[in-house]
Amino acid sequence: MNVHVNEANPLLSRFEGPSPAMQVGLDMIKRGAVIAPPLILIGALIWGTDGAASVALGLGLVLVNVFVSAWIIATCAKISFAAMAGGAMFGFLIRLGIISAVVILVRNETWVDLVALGVTIIVTHLGLLFWELRYISASLAYPGLKPGAGLASKPHKESVAS
Amino acid sequence: MSTIANILAQVEDPADLKAIEAAGSAGFAYGLAAIGPGIGIGYLVGQAVQAMARQPESAGQVQTTMFLGIAFTEALALIGFVVFILLKFV
Repeated sequence: MNVHVNEANPLLSRFEGPSPAMQVGLDMIKRGAVIAPPLILIGALIWGTDGAASVALGLGLVLVNVFVSAWIIATCAKISFAAMAGGAMFGFLIRLGIISAVVILVRNETWVDLVALGVTIIVTHLGLLFWELRYISASLAYPGLKPGAGLASKPHKESVAS
Repeated sequence: MSTIANILAQVEDPADLKAIEAAGSAGFAYGLAAIGPGIGIGYLVGQAVQAMARQPESAGQVQTTMFLGIAFTEALALIGFVVFILLKFV
């Protein structure tokens, strides 16, 4: 990831290369895919078949929400910082609208348990965020803990030793 | 307000009245719940863009933190939305 700096107007600077937001978003989606089977099983145990379907829908909504959020920020950041700010704000409105529309469309379906759906949206969203935050905090505070960091730092250590 | 009071006065069945009140409360709760995160995300992104413009070399870390901050702030709106669907449809 590089930043193309615009000296005349820093707000028109832009990101080049892979976006950190997209990396974080994809990382959260991978974690979501890992916890999906146990979550659906728990939903089935508590609320039955309808609960399992609702948990799956809620989890899908959260993961799509994360992906769309990351994609909007990553795409707009390649235009300019100002576009990224606009994308973050309008993305918030668009994503809330999408979630509302989906839930309102399926609310009368027989296989939807609204309590299970609501609980899943909140718990999964916050759970995935705290999980990712824990990883990122450790990576930022202790870069040596980041996967692959050991390989990158080896030559440095060798040069210091020699 | 007087129009709403007139409508409520015409409702005779207590169950209908409760449903109308629940719908009004749910819409009000969702609207209020979306205002806070809107202000929060606007402030958060504004500060993040300022930080990136001042220190482009740390833009990657700032964007990572900003993305997580947006998601955490958005959780408040999602909680408001879930309260809305539970009040309105359950």
